[in-house]
Amino acid sequence: MIQQRSKKGAVTAVIACAVLLAAVILLENISLLLPAGSVPNVLKPTSQLFAVLKKGAVYSLAAVSMNLLNGFTGLFSLGQAGFMLLGAYTYAILSVPVADRAAVYYLYGGSAVNFSFQDMFGTIFGTEGVGGAVSLGLGVAVAMVLAGCVAAVFAYFIGLPVLRLKSDYLAIATLGFAEIIKAVFQWQALGPVTNGANMIKNFPTFSSFNITGADGTVILRLSTFFPFLVSMICIAAICLLINSTYGRAFKAIREDETAAEAMGINLAKHKMLSFCTSAFFAGVSGAMFAMFVTNAQAKVYTTTMTYEILLIVVIGGIGSISGSVMATFLYVACSEWWLRFLDNVTVINGVQLPFLRAGFRMVVFSVVIMIVVLFFRRGIMGDKELPDLFKKRARKEGTGK
Amino acid sequence: MLKIENLHVAYGGIQALRGVSLEVPDGKIVTLIGANGAGKSTTLRTITGLVRAQSGSIQWNGEELLGKSIDRIISSGIAMSPEGRRVFPDMTVLENLKIGAYLRKDKAGIEKDVKWVYELFPRLEERSWQLAGTLSGGEQQMLAVGRALMSRPKLMMLDEPSLGLAPLVVQDIFSIIGEINRQGVTILLIEQNANMALKIAGLAYVLETGNITLSGTGAELLANEKVKEAYLGKRKD
Repeated sequence: MIQQRSKKGAVTAVIACAVLLAAVILLENISLLLPAGSVPNVLKPTSQLFAVLKKGAVYSLAAVSMNLLNGFTGLFSLGQAGFMLLGAYTYAILSVPVADRAAVYYLYGGSAVNFSFQDMFGTIFGTEGVGGAVSLGLGVAVAMVLAGCVAAVFAYFIGLPVLRLKSDYLAIATLGFAEIIKAVFQWQALGPVTNGANMIKNFPTFSSFNITGADGTVILRLSTFFPFLVSMICIAAICLLINSTYGRAFKAIREDETAAEAMGINLAKHKMLSFCTSAFFAGVSGAMFAMFVTNAQAKVYTTTMTYEILLIVVIGGIGSISGSVMATFLYVACSEWWLRFLDNVTVINGVQLPFLRAGFRMVVFSVVIMIVVLFFRRGIMGDKELPDLFKKRARKEGTGK
Repeated sequence: MLKIENLHVAYGGIQALRGVSLEVPDGKIVTLIGANGAGKSTTLRTITGLVRAQSGSIQWNGEELLGKSIDRIISSGIAMSPEGRRVFPDMTVLENLKIGAYLRKDKAGIEKDVKWVYELFPRLEERSWQLAGTLSGGEQQMLAVGRALMSRPKLMMLDEPSLGLAPLVVQDIFSIIGEINRQGVTILLIEQNANMALKIAGLAYVLETGNITLSGTGAELLANEKVKEAYLGKRKD
């Protein structure tokens, strides 16, 4: 009976994801369907809405991967931005077409890596039409998987010494790692590979996935759909891991290490597994972040970025995947979009409203976060998942009858 | 049969066990009684591999356990219910039980054993979907015992199952321990509650500051004047 229930749940989840993806496609293509003059500003492709959706999809994967480590395994790590940086650079370095390399790496007289997955698949499937789409998709997918793998391999070697530490000490060590990685990637001597402190660009981004006609006009927009699809696949994989026996072992380690060890759970092995998996998905989300901002530059992946993601995890609820996802979109929308008007100097009837000027948005935003943390001590969702809420309601209705 | 010979264990510079030797014959209930700090828990923790020994040997059916990893010791048929229960508070009762069977791969067998544990402790079945942290002390102890049983052990080691429980609940727990033993599980029991423990024990050892000072059947030790004075609360005249 338990298995039946979980099967039904899985089917519902898959349907919900498909519906959401369809809604995303519809939302971003609505401007193409409506007559040109009548498209509301919000639905135009340049609207903040789509930036928020894209960034939300990218950050939600980063937040969920951090939650896997901090919330489910109880390892307080702050290396997320470091792993995202590794993912972003791996993706960028392996995706810039060879023809563009001289221009991108002009300070270093060209790149040391004269290889690109885009070119490789391009020569196999062609660069035009359907073949072009296949080579773009495959090239991006392979580069993203490699981005995750590089982050995971680094995590393995860092984990060997660092995972012996506990709580705050682990946080400090991983934070230090992220800073070191950032410094190393800006190092001049590595310039031919990492382009030093300059950005790497000209690789396929989200808008490369828009399907254009022969004259260059967009026929079908997929630039928001793509990050949603990738994030969904990755988050689904994390969900499967958490619901497996490994996930149960992670939770046991979080609750009581000694008792977990007495049950025969190999602490070192499971902590490492969780650390590397988390780093893998952080790497993938880093690659997507590079696609979102259309460049890879080390100075972006700061400690502040890690704190942003940590804040999202805490607001969403430590140990809740759906909480992290919801909190991501709320956070991104709040910080990037809904509070924008606070930054504009506004004059009503000749009187300038007090306080409203550039930067005030962040003040209000901080207050909002403080209020959320005060009134939702355990985050929006606590350690519950979205389906749990429906279950409880169903049970209450059942007893009501 | 578990056979410990001349076991020495130290925490840093402090010697906890100074040459402990004892035997746990198959099918019996063996208890180890002693005051706080005598080294009872250390003995159990050394058997499961949570603590490293300095010297000595622990033979389990002729196989040396010292130096083996914990998961291998546990999959060889030894389970421990740790002191102070230590259930996983934010996981459900069922999840706790499944963690106990973590090293087993036979799904059908695990399902069967969950039913078996629920038969032994019907209270746990009622609370199957409840978080373990919300159970009462007695129920948590039942869960700790049930969780240890989920690895299908031949030898189950219980560290102070009566800790912090009401006398009536303690009686319940002890009668179930007797029942588990009758179903063929050898039991090594550590207790401060010497009276209860000696009554159900087939074989008993008294541990004092890292040494075994007395041994005999439970009934023998219950009648022993020294034991009465030190552990059973008989007045000195």
